[in-house]
Amino acid sequence: MVGYLLLAIVVFALVAFWVGRSAGDRFVTAGGASVHSLPGYHGAFVAVWVGIPALVLLLLWIMAQGPVIDGLLLGTLPATLLDGASNADRSLLLSEIKNVAAGRIFAEPTPEIAAAAQSLLRWQQIADWLMVVVVIAVMLLAMFFAYSRLAPRFRARHGVERFTTFIMIACSVAAILTTMGIIASLVYESIEFFSMVPVHEFLFGLRWEPQIAIRADQVAGNGAFGAVPVFLGTIVIATIAMLVATPIGLFTAIYLTEYANDRVRNIVKPIMEILAGVPTVVYGFFAVLTVAPAIRSAGSLMGLATSPNSALAAGGVMGIMIIPFISSLADDAIRSVPRSLRDGSMAMGATRAETMTKVLLPAALPGIMGGILLALSRAIGETMIVVMAAGLIATLNINPLDSVTTVTVQIVTLLIGDTAFDNPKTLAAFALGLVLFLVTLGLNVIALTIVRRYREQYD
Amino acid sequence: MDMVAGKVKMTQQSVNTAMDPSDMLERPIRLTARDVTVHYGAKQALHGISIDIPDRAVTSFIGPSGCGKSTFLRCINRMNDTIEGAKVGGTIKLDGEDVYDPNLDVVELRARIGMVFQKPNPFPKSIYENVAYGPRIHGLARGKTDLDEIVVSSLRKAGLFEEVKDRLNEPGTGLSGGQQQRLCIARAIAVGPEVILMDEPCSALDPIATAIIEELIDELRENYTIVIVTHSMQQAARVSQRTAFFHLGNLIEEGVTEDIFTNPVNKQTQDYIMGRIG
Repeated sequence: MVGYLLLAIVVFALVAFWVGRSAGDRFVTAGGASVHSLPGYHGAFVAVWVGIPALVLLLLWIMAQGPVIDGLLLGTLPATLLDGASNADRSLLLSEIKNVAAGRIFAEPTPEIAAAAQSLLRWQQIADWLMVVVVIAVMLLAMFFAYSRLAPRFRARHGVERFTTFIMIACSVAAILTTMGIIASLVYESIEFFSMVPVHEFLFGLRWEPQIAIRADQVAGNGAFGAVPVFLGTIVIATIAMLVATPIGLFTAIYLTEYANDRVRNIVKPIMEILAGVPTVVYGFFAVLTVAPAIRSAGSLMGLATSPNSALAAGGVMGIMIIPFISSLADDAIRSVPRSLRDGSMAMGATRAETMTKVLLPAALPGIMGGILLALSRAIGETMIVVMAAGLIATLNINPLDSVTTVTVQIVTLLIGDTAFDNPKTLAAFALGLVLFLVTLGLNVIALTIVRRYREQYD
Repeated sequence: MDMVAGKVKMTQQSVNTAMDPSDMLERPIRLTARDVTVHYGAKQALHGISIDIPDRAVTSFIGPSGCGKSTFLRCINRMNDTIEGAKVGGTIKLDGEDVYDPNLDVVELRARIGMVFQKPNPFPKSIYENVAYGPRIHGLARGKTDLDEIVVSSLRKAGLFEEVKDRLNEPGTGLSGGQQQRLCIARAIAVGPEVILMDEPCSALDPIATAIIEELIDELRENYTIVIVTHSMQQAARVSQRTAFFHLGNLIEEGVTEDIFTNPVNKQTQDYIMGRIG
């Protein structure tokens, strides 16, 4: 039903466009150059008036229909069924009614439920037809209204312009609202968590054993939610990644901007882009199957105890993953140093390397720093590689050859499988996510501030 | 304002009195160019330029935009090397030594031939560090006091020291346009060059700053061989002792400035100076 209605809206809008444009055509034929807007704008004006309100109305209707019918259903049920029922009980009742209405009957329903299912079906049908009638009526009204406003001096062009502006605003607001929604859901669940586990215990506790007792007398039944080992693991892996990525990325950028000729650049740049386009899961394979065993056998050759899923393997591969990130941002930063500075230094008799280290890098440093911080926040938030290649047990150590776990790995393991959102084990994932989000947000803000300040220097 | 205007007037007088053509003829030749050609890819930008540039005098290159005067200037200190696809032919000799000799170290060459650019381009460092940049990379100073001395004397020679002596540690980019250009001149002087190339050094400056730079150029010619590219014929007339007129990649005419401006031999030169082409 909704699909047909959407199609009808599109058809109506097209018709409206045609009607409006022919009206505009008539104005032009009659009035010539004194007509304010082109015929196309008249058409678009009517089409917008017909299509958009109907579309908005349809969306609102779909959103409102379910809850309204649910409320009506609960109203028809006898009070004996609802007395003392919790919210969960009510939704259980409602889904039973819906199941019966849809013909999925598991046991003989009580007469009340059967009656409610009957009325549910009836109301749904009424609501659907009502929706069609109302939407079409709105479209006709809107077409009539918009058409009646058309006149040779009518500013249809401005109307369309306002509408375009509105669309732009709506789209950007959508992104902002989504971000706020994400934050709100994180904060909401985290507050739940912190009502069970004190904030200071979470932030400063040294033990991370996120299990809960299934039976009261279970061994090791008490979980510990001290996030320090998890964050320490994240820091270890991110540090290794940055140690790998920063020098390689930076030197690649320097080579590509200052030393490589066009031919080399045309070969190396696409390869770097391929590196950036490899799915992180594939990096994960690479870490698990190639890098980790290599590190392990190298470690055993040197007589070092190396864990099979060492922080070094996960961090090193993650570093390779963010090389293109750093190199392209550093490339932009170095490239945006004005050519005149380069010339000035070369004309003083400086070599390329001197020009690079003494003039270009200091001038580009803020941009490069910004790039590194953005890459760092990427490394901290990276999930797939560490899920595959890093460990699961949170230990309080910084040995790169040992296995460590990260925040993202813990979030994944906490939420895998059957989850109930009323115990600290699951909710801990949201608290971790919130802290992670705050950290990466902070890094991004700092990075963008640095980059922006730097931009002002030359313009 | 009056004081500044007076200074400008004085400058012109002093320049005019210093311009004595007869004085110029006996100057030894410092730079010789023979049949210099430049190609940018398939496009030929210079067609066989031959010119002698005398020691301790100002030689100006004039001509309409795109005539090759800046390109030729950049050949002298091999700055065209940094442009991909640029190919230079012919010979340029500094004191009889071929500038394009493969055994010659371009770093040393550029220490001997300084350059000042069209747009002031101080490094985003302090005033002190800007001037100390060259001496540092060429190892000209033995210690801190030595370096201080070079910086101060370079700034003095560029006529900037009095204006900036209290803020040597402030960024060079914070100076006015004219001051920045003098800072760039000080930076070039600091490595002790013999030749200074100036690529339209005043085109981004206002008339007062221009006058100050012109006065400075006139002072500098006592110690340096100066080659200046300029769009302004008045400027060429004011500051230079010899003038070369370029057109469409060719050197049309070259000679003592006064002769070029009062009595040009070539019809094209005449047209340009009279404002008929350009």
